[in-house]
This record gives sequence, structure tokens and C-alpha cells, in this order.
Amino acid sequence: MTAKDDETPSLSIALTGSGGAGVITAGNMLLEAAAKAGCYGLFARSSGPQIRGGEAAAMVRLAKEPVAAPGDVFDILIAIDWHNIDRFAVELPLSTESLVIADPSQGELPEVIAASGARIAELPLKDLAKTVAKGRPNMIALGVVAGLIGLPDEVADEVMARALKKRGDEALAASRDAFALGVEAAGTMSFDGPDLWTRAATRERWIINGNEAAGLGAVRGGVRFVAAYPITPATDLLEWMALNLQRLGGALVQAEDELASINMIIGASYGGTPALTATSGPGLALMSESLGLAVASEVPVVVVDVMRGGPSTGIPTKSEQSDLNIALFGLHGDAPHLVLAPTSVSDCVFTTQWAVTLAEALQSPAIVLSDQLLGQTRAIVDRPTDIAFVSQRVTADAGAGEVRRYALAGGGVSPMAIPGAPGAQYTADGLEHDERGLPSSRAGDHVTQLDKRAAKLDGFDYGNHWAEIEGDGRRAVVAWGSSTGAVREALARLGSRGHEFRLVSPRLLAPAQPARWTEALEGVERALVVELNHSAQFYRYLKGYCDPPCPVDVYHRPGPLPLRVGELVAEIEKWSRS
Amino acid sequence: MTSSPAPIPGLTARDYKSEVKPVWCPGCGDFSVLSAITKALAELKLPPEKVSVISGIGCSSRMPAYMNSYGFHGVHGRAVALATGLKLSRPDLTVLVTGGDGDGFSIGGNHFLHACRRNVDMTYIVMDNQVYGMTKGQPSPTTEPDWDSALSPGGTGLRPFHPLVIALASGANFIARGFSGDPNGTARLIVDAIRTPGFSFVEVLSPCVTFREDQRGWKKIVRPAPVDPTEDIGRAARRLMTDDGFNLGILYTGKRKPYQLRLDAVEEEPAALETQFVV
Repeated sequence: MTAKDDETPSLSIALTGSGGAGVITAGNMLLEAAAKAGCYGLFARSSGPQIRGGEAAAMVRLAKEPVAAPGDVFDILIAIDWHNIDRFAVELPLSTESLVIADPSQGELPEVIAASGARIAELPLKDLAKTVAKGRPNMIALGVVAGLIGLPDEVADEVMARALKKRGDEALAASRDAFALGVEAAGTMSFDGPDLWTRAATRERWIINGNEAAGLGAVRGGVRFVAAYPITPATDLLEWMALNLQRLGGALVQAEDELASINMIIGASYGGTPALTATSGPGLALMSESLGLAVASEVPVVVVDVMRGGPSTGIPTKSEQSDLNIALFGLHGDAPHLVLAPTSVSDCVFTTQWAVTLAEALQSPAIVLSDQLLGQTRAIVDRPTDIAFVSQRVTADAGAGEVRRYALAGGGVSPMAIPGAPGAQYTADGLEHDERGLPSSRAGDHVTQLDKRAAKLDGFDYGNHWAEIEGDGRRAVVAWGSSTGAVREALARLGSRGHEFRLVSPRLLAPAQPARWTEALEGVERALVVELNHSAQFYRYLKGYCDPPCPVDVYHRPGPLPLRVGELVAEIEKWSRS
Repeated sequence: MTSSPAPIPGLTARDYKSEVKPVWCPGCGDFSVLSAITKALAELKLPPEKVSVISGIGCSSRMPAYMNSYGFHGVHGRAVALATGLKLSRPDLTVLVTGGDGDGFSIGGNHFLHACRRNVDMTYIVMDNQVYGMTKGQPSPTTEPDWDSALSPGGTGLRPFHPLVIALASGANFIARGFSGDPNGTARLIVDAIRTPGFSFVEVLSPCVTFREDQRGWKKIVRPAPVDPTEDIGRAARRLMTDDGFNLGILYTGKRKPYQLRLDAVEEEPAALETQFVV
């Protein structure tokens, strides 16, 4: 499909094949080459439930402008084989303008593909690969795509050389030959896509996924201790931390379960080291009791929840925004804490760094709600700005006389003694306590400590970072987390049709900010919440806790399929006429 | 201890006690364990601010508040995990974990296994009274099968858990048993436990005079183990498997290297990590 006038010029390309076919490798190389040629873009993968191998799809979207959501339909689908295509065809929407390239040796065109009405081009990928010594069909497929979209040859060559450096000259030569065969074959096909290669990058660009970005944000914020238990789709964040913390004088410990990991980071933070864990919904559920301990004992910790489909084991490899309720309300007792959500892959850096800063400054646990879409999508982005936050943990000076660990003065933030400081010893406690930290069940102590812990969060000035607010329409669309990208692009498309909307995407979800919501929605007649969950969790939170000054509606549906721009354009248009 | 601070002369057991009055019942064995711990710290002359006592929930888990060290009274069952995070990030501190049999072996059982296996340099003191005292008398994993209670009328019918055998099988580096009625002997065990690198496990028989009045008789049953401490894990296993639960002393002491992360090797600033992302 060529871009319509009101659409962000972009190309969506899918490569599919069974395990070992190398489509993920080819997809990554395509993204890297496009980045070198000055493009923005995204790379997402879909894999089968098999532990290793199994069918896979590499889904790439390339554009002149930054994009944060998958395209509506794929312009090109190239299949090395059709293994289990029925399972993930729903993730590969095609139109009559799509070009599907299939290897006739892999059997008949699957019904689900034929039904799309897409143009079909046959190419004997397997047989062609045999004509090259050690040639592989995935490199031919990459060549075909490069040829069709006009990817400059030199960038493809540079990326192949870098990717195959370790495999030796023979492997590189085979890949180059196979790639060239693909480019040649593309010359026999007709494809009309936008020219994406005219703009050279003026700013430094990165390729990063949300999990790496959250890790980078965490270490920028000062995190040097991580304890964690493996869980999809957060594991790659942890693996990034394990490797990279070592370079910074930090470390990661693999815990026996999430009950241990949350307690280990509370212990480390109590000892003075900013600490973090990352998990997904099931792990967050296990951590809930001890998050309450961090609230009561006022120990800063950060938990990144890379959300997946739930409840229970749910759909571990697919995205959903359905842990909002447990993040907001999962703690027992009155337990105020911070909940934040990054608004894009690249914003995972900023929001996680900010979360660490806030947790430290407010001596509070912070939950960062990322999700599988943000966490595991590799994106080409402008280098995320490095913010130098000034807030930090307030510690008690040694020898300063009697230290009241939970003193009421100071707006609720009381100096925290770090073990080793002489004369400031205290016992941190999950029991209700008095100002000195001594266990107390007195009504007065309970009220004053509850007030203290609420006041420090409510009284803090979160500044403009609390939300991204764009546009000035009388109608507003409210999105949070990974939904923001698709909504932003949908509003841009509607904007070019003359419909102006305001976008409000909050980073700070809790504590609730009713005054800021009133300001953000000032002059707005009606607002629409867009989110990826079954029970409209944010919509209900907004209405119940944030006092929006206008009527609010909602468009929501569960995962596992991501929100698509075209879908949102249609829904928002329909809503705007209501 | 691998990294003890310089001892301070002139410290006595009293210097390690806080002014807070324990919630324990008169006659509770835990009073003597508090004495034993503070005597041990005085013997080691560790500065109180360099000691952290970590606990979960239960009668004996109230320990940190009664001490003049740093402390953390966390949630039920997670004390060794809390302590692990502290010790791994602050190897300069002396970390003790105190708690009971329910906290350590039931709700915290998995952490006990993995703390033994991980072998972080800390000392875990379990005051075993074979009952949940704080919740007013329910059977714990170490309670006899026929002990009658309102929650398990007629007894649980379950075989008691053998903490020392589990500790040995899971990799603890130092295993000892003390008795609250012998605070000086227990203090000596705790001194050795703290001095031995790695995860040290000290079970202290500490009678519950309120819900297990029969345990008043323990003082007549306990005896010094008739054998010397062994470094031979096979011998220790045979000894513990035939143990009746009343032999006191060091029953196993190993030489396994403690697990410790390296958090002091600062090499680069976060900006140095950015090159991996640059197009």
C-alpha cells in the first residue's frame, strides 16, 4: 500500500519463516541498514510458543518521521515458507495493494493470504539459494526487500559486514552473493513505495528497545543493584542490566523468586544503594506485599513491570495494558506510592530515570508500567536527552544527635540513616511505628504516619514531566504507555484532514493529579481514553480519582494485537461525530 | 567475617541493647538469645552501627528493635532475602538474621534453601520453639505430628522438618545448635558463626513457656554434642540424620567461598554504555 496523502510516509515489511530460516536476523539487518540510510523505524518480532526454533515473523516499519506504532497493513510480505502461517496471519494485515512474495516450492498459497487479495509474486528462494555456495534464503529475501524499497546498496553491505564479522569472509561473501541475487530478482517485480532515503540524519540516532532503554534510564538514575527472577517479557531488560551494570560498579543477583527479588532490592536500598527489579504481571502480584513494606518503612525501590496479557500466565509473549489496577491498587492498607508509564520506546529512558529519582527523593516504591510492545520493539530514535535531575535521597548525617527516622517535619520526607552511620541506628519496620521507628499501635501514631506518607507524595511538585500534552483541540484523546504512539499518529492523520485534537499522555499515573488534569483538559468539551485492556482500567481511574473537568468516553480492547493507527483513526472519527 | 571493621575496645553486651522493652512473655527463651547475641557482638567488639539485624515476623523476629544496631523488621518469611540484598550491596556490614521456625521454615522455606545454597556471608539465628507463638499456638514445620491445637485438632500427623539436615543438604557453610538456657554457650556459637565466612545457620532451642509448657523440660534433655565439629560433609550428614534434636554445639563447618557481588569496581559512567545503541 502506498501512503495516502494524510498518512506518515512509511513502509511496512514482514519476513516469515520457520525456525532457523533467519528471518529475525534479516529483519534486524534491514532495520539497521535503514537507520544508516537516515530512516526512522521499528522492528517487532512474533514468535511461536516453542522454546527454541519454531516459526517467526520479523515485522519492520520504516518511515521518514519517527513512528511508534505498527503500520495498518504490510506493503511487503516475503515468506521463506508458510510454516504455521494460520497462527500469526492475523498479525500480518494485508490489502489488495500489498505485495506477497512466495516460494512456489513451499506449497500452495495459504487460503488466509490469498483471501487478502494481495498481489502475489513467485520467487524460488530455496532453489536460488542453492546456486550460491553457502547461500541462504533469508539473505536473498533481504536483497529482494532492499531492491524493492530502494535501500542504498552501500548501507546494506556495511550492515552485512558488521553482522557477519565473526562468521568469517566465506559467510560474508555468501551473504553478499545471495543479497545480490535478491536485488536482481526485485528488478523483475513492480512495487511503488515512498522514497524514504532523501533525508540524511542530522542528529545522532540510536537503535534501542524499551527494555534496554529502561535499563539505561535506571543506571542514569543511579541504580547499581538489581535483584530479579526471569520472566517474559522482562528478561532481556535484566540481561541487559546484568551485563552493563558490571561496567558501572553495580551488579545483578538472580533471586530464587519474586518474593526474594523485591526483598533483596529493599535490603540493598536500605543499605544506601539505589535498587531496581523488573518483572511482569505474575511477578508484580508476588511482590505486592513487600511493596507495602517499602511504603511503610519508606525505602525507595523501583519495579519495572513489562506488562503482558493476563490474568495468570495469560499470554506471556504479547502486550496488554492490564496491570494498571494492580499497580495502583494492589497493595493492602492505605499505601500511597508512585506509578509511572513511559510514553514511547525512547521515553523508557526518561521515565525510568525519573522514576528512580522520584523514588529516591520521596523514599517511596515506584512502579513503572512498560509493556511487551515497548520493551521488545527495537526502534530507530533520536538520541534520548540526558536529564540531570537534582532531587536525591535525603540521608541523616552521622553524629547529628538523636535521629528520628520517621520525623513528621519536612513535608513528610524525613532523613534516612544509612547503616554504618554512627549514632543514627534505627530499625526500619513494616509495623506501624512512631517517629523514632519504634513499633506503635497507637491511633495517633497511625494517623500521623499515614498522613506523612501521603503528604510527601501529594505535596511534591512533579513539574511538567507529569504528562505529554500536545495540540489544542476542543476534543482530547487521552492515552497512556504504549498506546500513546498509535494515538499520536492517528491524531496527526486526523489533523491533516482538518480535525484538531489535544493529546494528553500522562507519565505520572499515581499519585493522582486532579489539579493537573483540570489544567490539561481546560477548554476541552469531551475526552476519549484509549487503552489496551478489557476493563477500561485507566478510564475508570481517570473518572474516579482524577476529577476530569469534562465528560470522558473510552475506546479499549484487550491484547494481544496492538492498537493500529487506522483502527484508531476510525474510532476517533466516529467518536468525534458523537 | 571476611570484612570485619576494626574492633572497638571497651564495648559490653549492654552497648548492643536498646531501651525498648520486649513484648515477650516472662520466661520466654528469646530473652536469653538476645543476651547471647549481644554478648557475642561484645566479644567481637563490632561497632553497633556496623551491625544490621534483619528479621521477618513472629515473636523472635521482634529482635532488631531490642538492639542498638541497625535493624529491619520486614514481612513474614522474607528476612534472609532482605538480608541478602543488604549484605551483597554492603559487604562491609555484619549482617545477622533472626527469626523463628514458622517464619524461616514454613513461609520462608524457599529462601532458607537458597540462602544456604547462595552462601552469602551472614549469620541466621533461628529460635526454634516448634510453635507459632504470636498467633497463639499453632503447629509449625518443626512441631511433632501429634501435638494438639485448635487449628489442627489431634495434631497435624506430619513428620517434622529437620532444619539442620536441610541446611547441610542446601549448602550452609556453618551449622550449629544452641539452647537459650545456655546463653554463654550460645554466644560462643554465634561468635564462631559470625567469624566463619559464608552462610552460618544457628538453630537455638528457645522454649515457648506459654504454648509449649512441656519445653521447660528441654533443659534436662539438651547435652553438648558428644563429637567435635566436622568439616566432612558426609560425616555431618550421618550425624545429623541420627540426631535427636538435642545435641548442642557446632555440627558442621565448611570452607566454601562466600558468594559476593563486586559492587566496588567502578569503571565507567552510564554515558559509556551509549555507544552500543548508536546507529
